[in-house]
This record gives sequence, C-alpha cells and structure tokens, in this order.
Amino acid sequence: MNMQSDRQWWFIGAVCLAAAIALPFLVPAYYAQFAAKVFIMGILAMALNLVVGHGGLVSLCHGAFFGLSGYVLALATPGYDPAALWWTLPLALLVTAFAALIIGALALRTRGIYFIMVTLAFGEMLFFLFFDNQFAGGSDGMFINTKPELAIAGYQLFDLDKPITFYFAVLAALVVTIAVLSMLVRSPFGHALAATRDNERRVRALGFPVFQIRLTAFVISGALAGLAGYFAAAQFGFVVPQMLGWHVSATALVMVLIGGLRSVTGPLLGALVLLGLEEVLKATTEYWKLIEGIVVIVLVIAMPSGLRQLLPHVLGRTTKPAPPAKSEATQGGGAHG
Amino acid sequence: MDLATFGVQLLNAIQYGMVLFLVASGLTLVFGILGIINLAHGAFYMIGAYLAYWIATYTGNFGIALLGSVVIAFGIGWLMEAFLVKRLYGRDHLAQVLLTFGVILVLDELRQLLFGKDVHSVPPPAWLSGTIQLTDNLSYSIYRLAICAFCLIVAAIIFYVIRYTKIGMIVRAGAENREMTRVLGIRFDVVNRYVFAVGIALAAFGGAVVAPISTVFPGMGDGMLILSFVVVVLGGLGSIAGALIGALLIGLTDTFGKVFFPGVASILIYVLMAAVLIWRPNGILGRREI
Amino acid sequence: MAELTSTSSAGPAMRAVGLHRHFGGLRAVSDVSVEVHVNEIHAVIGPNGAGKTTLINLLSGDLSASGGDIFLGATSLTRQPPHRRAKAGVGRSYQKTTIFSDFTTHENVRLAAQAHSARPLKMFGGVHADDGVNARTGEALALAGLTERAGITASHLSHGEQRQLEIAMVLATDPRIILLDEPLAGMGQGEARRIVDLIKSLKTGRAVLIVEHDMDAVFELADRLTVMADGRVIASGWPSEVRAHPAVRTAYLGEEGTEA
Repeated sequence: MNMQSDRQWWFIGAVCLAAAIALPFLVPAYYAQFAAKVFIMGILAMALNLVVGHGGLVSLCHGAFFGLSGYVLALATPGYDPAALWWTLPLALLVTAFAALIIGALALRTRGIYFIMVTLAFGEMLFFLFFDNQFAGGSDGMFINTKPELAIAGYQLFDLDKPITFYFAVLAALVVTIAVLSMLVRSPFGHALAATRDNERRVRALGFPVFQIRLTAFVISGALAGLAGYFAAAQFGFVVPQMLGWHVSATALVMVLIGGLRSVTGPLLGALVLLGLEEVLKATTEYWKLIEGIVVIVLVIAMPSGLRQLLPHVLGRTTKPAPPAKSEATQGGGAHG
Repeated sequence: MDLATFGVQLLNAIQYGMVLFLVASGLTLVFGILGIINLAHGAFYMIGAYLAYWIATYTGNFGIALLGSVVIAFGIGWLMEAFLVKRLYGRDHLAQVLLTFGVILVLDELRQLLFGKDVHSVPPPAWLSGTIQLTDNLSYSIYRLAICAFCLIVAAIIFYVIRYTKIGMIVRAGAENREMTRVLGIRFDVVNRYVFAVGIALAAFGGAVVAPISTVFPGMGDGMLILSFVVVVLGGLGSIAGALIGALLIGLTDTFGKVFFPGVASILIYVLMAAVLIWRPNGILGRREI
Repeated sequence: MAELTSTSSAGPAMRAVGLHRHFGGLRAVSDVSVEVHVNEIHAVIGPNGAGKTTLINLLSGDLSASGGDIFLGATSLTRQPPHRRAKAGVGRSYQKTTIFSDFTTHENVRLAAQAHSARPLKMFGGVHADDGVNARTGEALALAGLTERAGITASHLSHGEQRQLEIAMVLATDPRIILLDEPLAGMGQGEARRIVDLIKSLKTGRAVLIVEHDMDAVFELADRLTVMADGRVIASGWPSEVRAHPAVRTAYLGEEGTEA
C-alpha cells in the first residue's frame, strides 16, 4: 500500500462522506430512508467480512446476532415510550458480543465446512428460541412502538423518531464501523488474522494463538452485526424471528461477495448493489426472488472476486484476486461406512 | 409413562431418525465424494414433498407419486450438477454456500409459482393405512413402519452398491484418490453427476415419503436442512454409519425431548450438538481433518 | 568438524528423553533420546520410515508424544502446544514449504518477527510502527540473502528462494533452537549450495537439528550425527564414529534397494 493510493482513498472517502451528509437534504425522504437501510446492511456485511474475507471463515450465524440485537431493543422498549439509547445500545452490543463469544468458542473448535454447518445450526437455535417461546411474542414478534432517543437527565438530545436524526445516527454508526474495521485490519492483530486465512499451520508454528485470534475477531464482528441489528429494528418498528434466520446471514454473504472480500468497505458497496437491485426487481415482478437467485448464481460462477473484477482501472490499481482456500474436491473426499 | 406409550414414542423416534438418516446420507454422500456442501439439499426435500402431493392428487396413486418425485428430482439433480455444481469443484466454501443459496431462492420461487404457498396433506396409500397390533397394548401406524422399512431398504441398496458393485468401487476410489483414478481413464464427470443426482434424489425421497404423515408446507426444507447438518456434524462428515448414529440420536432426543421438556425441546438438539463438539470436533465417526 | 570443544557448559539447548509415539499399533518412534547443543548442527538421518519427521513433529509440538519428555534448557516442553513452544524459542521449517503465499517476502518475515514482539496482537496502530520488528525483519532477510526479493509475492519466488524465506521466518523469531525438516528436498545444485551455506551460518549462537537425506550436505554440515531406523536410534555421536558403526552399515547396506 503506497502513499499515493492511500491519499486517493482518503479523498474518495471524504467525497463520499460529504455526499452522504448532504443526501437527506437533497432527495425525497424515501431515498434517505433507503440510504439508511443500505448503511445498516452495509454495517452487517462489513462486520461479517472481518470474519469471512479477512479471517477466511464462512459464518452463517451473523443474521442471528443481527436479529438478537433487535430483540434486545424490543424487549428493552417500555410500552409506548422510547427506549433510552445510552444504555439500550450498549446492552444490545454486550448481549450480541456475549452470544458471539459462546457460539464462537464452540464453533471455532471446528474447521472448514463443519464451521459453516455449526454456525448455521447455532444461528437457527437462536431462531427457534424466539420462535417457539412466547417471551418475545413467539412467531408474531414484537412491535417497537417508538424509536429510541438519547436523553440525559430528562433533556432530550435527539430523537430517532425524526427521519433526519435517524439517518445521521446510522451514518455515524457506519463511520465508526468503517473506522474500527480499518484500524483492526491494518493492525498487527489484523495481519495475524489474515495470515491464519493463508496458512494456519505456519501461523501456529510462529507462536500465534490462532483460536484466540479468531474468537476475538468473531466477537467483534458479532457485536458490530448487533450494531446493525439495533438500528434495523428501530427502523422497521418491529422484530420477528425471521430477522434471526440464516437467510439474513446468506444475504449478507452475497453482499460480501458482490463487494469483494479483500476490502473493508467493499461489502458496503455490495449492500448498495444488492438492495438497489432488489428495489428495482420488486417494482418489476412479484417473483423477484427468482431473479435474485439467478443473479446470485451467475455472480458466483462469473465473478468470484466480486465487482472489483470489473473495475480495476476505475479504482486506480488492480486488485489481484487472491487464490481462495482449496475445497476438499481437489484432494478427494472420503465416504466410508 | 407406561410401556405402551414408551413403545410408541420409541418407534416414532426411530421412524423420524430413519428419514433423517436417509436425507442426511444424501448430504454426506455429496460432500464425502464431491467435496461440495449443498445448502439446497433441504429445498429438494421440500420439492420432493410437493411433487409427491401434486402427482398423488393428479394420479390418485401414492406409489406413482413417490416414484415420480424421485425420478424428477434425480433429473433436476443431474442437470444441476451438469450446469452449476461442476463449476464449484476446486472453489472455496463461500462460492459453494452462495451458489446453492441462489438455488434455494430459485427453487422456492418456482414452488410458489407452481404450487403456491399453500399447506397440503397427502393421504397414505390405502394398503398401508391404519394401524397394526404389535403387542397387547401397543398398536402402531402401519405407514410409519413402512417408512422405516423403505428407508432401510434404500440405505441397504446404497450400501450394497457402494461396497459391492463396480460403480461403487469407482466412486470410492475417486473419493480416496482423484488423480490416480483419472490416470486410469475413468470418466469422473459422469460419476459425479450420478452421485449428486442420487444425493438429491435421497432428499426428495425423504420429503415424498413423509408427506402422508406430516404437512407439506413451504418452510419444511429449511427445517430439514438444519437437522441434516446437525446429523452430519454429530456423525462426522463423509461417514454413512456416522449419519445413522447421528440421526438416531437426534430422533431420540427430539421425540423424547418433546415429551419430557416441551419448552426447550427444539433447543435440545443443539445442546446435544454443542456437547458432541466439545468432545469430538470432527463428529463421532468423523475423519481427523477436513 | 570432527573435533568438538565443549560448546555449552550449561547443558544442551534442547534435550529429548525416551520419546515414544505410536499410531494405533504402529510404533513410529520408540525410546528416542537426542541432545542438541548451541553452536552445533545435529543431523538426523535414516532410511524412509525411520521416524525422522515424526521426531521433528514431536519436538516442535505438531504431534504430542505418547511417552517421554522434551526440555528446552531447563523448561519442560512436553505438554506445550506448538505455539507455546514457538514462543519459548523453538523454530522449525517444514518439509513441504509452509509460507504465506499471498503475502510478500517482506511481509512473511515481518509476521514472524511480529510473533515475537512485545505486543504481537496489538489491535491498533499500523504494522510498520514497531522499530524492533522492522529491525529484526531486515536482519533476517539479510541473513537469508533475500533483501533484494523482499517486495515479491512469496508464491512467485523460486523453490530455493522459498526455502530461504522459510529459514528467514524462523530467524526472525529469534529462536534458541532451529528444527529443519529436509530443507534441501527437491533442490538443484546451485540452490542447494546457497541453502547449505545459509544453514552453516545458522548455528552461531543457536542449536540446529536437521533431518536430511542428502548425504553430502549432511557430512559437510553435521557436528553431531544420529542415525534412526524403524523408529529407534541405532547410533549417535560424532560423524566419524557413526560412519564406522556396524549397526549403521547394516541399516544402510541392508536397505540398499530403497532410496535413502
């Protein structure tokens, strides 16, 4: 990474931020709302990418962290009054981080495909916890009648019920997420994590504690997924068990794929593209999911490194797609029994 | 709980376990031999059930429905391998997960297009309906016993084919050492296609065969997918015997869990999985590394 | 090479006593004891299947021993997992080149140096901030002769250069003992020469254990020699003694048909 491209990125980032700040004043409310949704899903996808793109672990339970956080908000919202942001948000993050700690500690004992299946199963476990039991509304879910507010000593600082305030709160969360993830990725920790993706054995032989590194990344990633989920629940105004479902995780993975695994902000772009596509498709046909499914299939076959494959010159440098970890097919599996 | 009720629950557990075993073996077969994780496996279970419902309604004959749904699923699996799955060999897990997820979306919408979102039920064939008296106090549904029998027969056929036939030997050889068998001139693309199609057909068979005793509804695929995964994690990926053990364990846990701990029954399975993971991260009969 | 003055009054850098390892019924390593001293290269040779790689795996912790003990100085390593042993000062290279193929040569070595820095898992601050790490990286690259190739992606290095890289990575972790598992495998003459010279330079201030098949290199490098066959040590001592040992002659002459 040379100084010139670094400055390029800062410039692009500043321009995007300026555009994002100006946006709600320039376009109809609907688009600002859409942008907020993109930011939220972008946070989820970027959080997921810490573990998937950077850590080399495909997780299918981040949707559960996303939904869990929303449920914490719903359960902490008193009736028709707004929840207090200053403690409900940290609480949601704490709960999600804790869930990620437990699930991660168990799932990270496995590798490769087992890991994928185990995260899927634990994610679904959380789904059933909320679906089968009535403490959070069962299959009907719960309403969040008023959005959270930030108040100190009775004096209201801001109220997320106002769309503009909500938009900026989400934008702030997005900026924080990008800052945290960028810092992590560039740090010694981040480099060690990336190395575990490349050659786990060598990392261990050098003296790095691989399990701890991965678990730490998993917990941070889960907490950030919770950040997204909190605002998503606030935006929808309700939570349902489906928000914990693995389809949410898979959709986030699609965003990661579109945006490219090797960058921090790629998944945000992926969220924009996928959600934009969904908007267009939903307006066109009732069976938009069919088209989306086909698009995903085509994407996987044709563009393993995401949209970045198409834009090498626009971005100012070519991103060489790194060879992915080989799947078992090349070494042969082994059915026995 | 008296002996008769216990007997019924035990038989239910075994029957449930047998279907799980069959569906999970399809999954583990595809993974063990092709190295592909197929998230759409559950969707084919659902498709099998819907196809069985449709054909049974159309022809009035459940036997034809069962056969028909399996054959159609086999065909779809064949095509899917030929056009999609074969591009996944040698690619990373993320690609497999996402491509098969895309397939789920497509299958879900197709089902909606063709059969709608309705919930259906299918009557069992007349000669298998009703109950049979097993002991003085215990009578059990004939059809459920028939399911156990079907599953065992199919499992035995597959076992026999893999162990004792030429094609089975080729499949096993390919799983052990792909390069060597290629050098010997064996055409793997065709073998792969068969294996994948059989895996899919097993899932569809599972769905079709349970249609008479459970409802045919849109979400049934997801449920079965997760359970198959848990079975495979428990038993070890690539091991058919492990899938049997895992499936029976789940069948017992789920059935008796619902009786004794109704509130947390659905979570017990995952607790079981967590416990096994702590003890054996690669499954009870799994290989050392993946 | 034949005469050795006492190099370590404090005892051997690494000592393995009575190591056993079995896989089910197969005894891969039986009652193997080995000592490696500082400023010495201790070579382990033997026919295929003698248990040499198993021995290295036991010493590095990649395999746990079924019996016996391993000491690094006075510290017992027997129960320690590989990453703890690495931290304690055990460095190893693998028979099959094990490097980070996606990263540059420099980054590979820098990671190794990072592993042994004071805060290896710092979550903030760039990776180039630590002067100690940068210094060790530069030194290791220079010692291994890779300074000019520092910017190249590791997968683009030649086979010999990748071996040099692996040794550079080991050096960057500042080890007390270096375990080399067939470092010359698959090398042409020129490359092998470079590696042999590099290995010779490694023993200054460190202990080196090397498993090798290339006999010319072994006799050029070895200060001490151990011969294994069938999982056991059949001779150990100065190279001149070992060459003359009757059991060794039998093991090698008897195995004439197989490649050594």
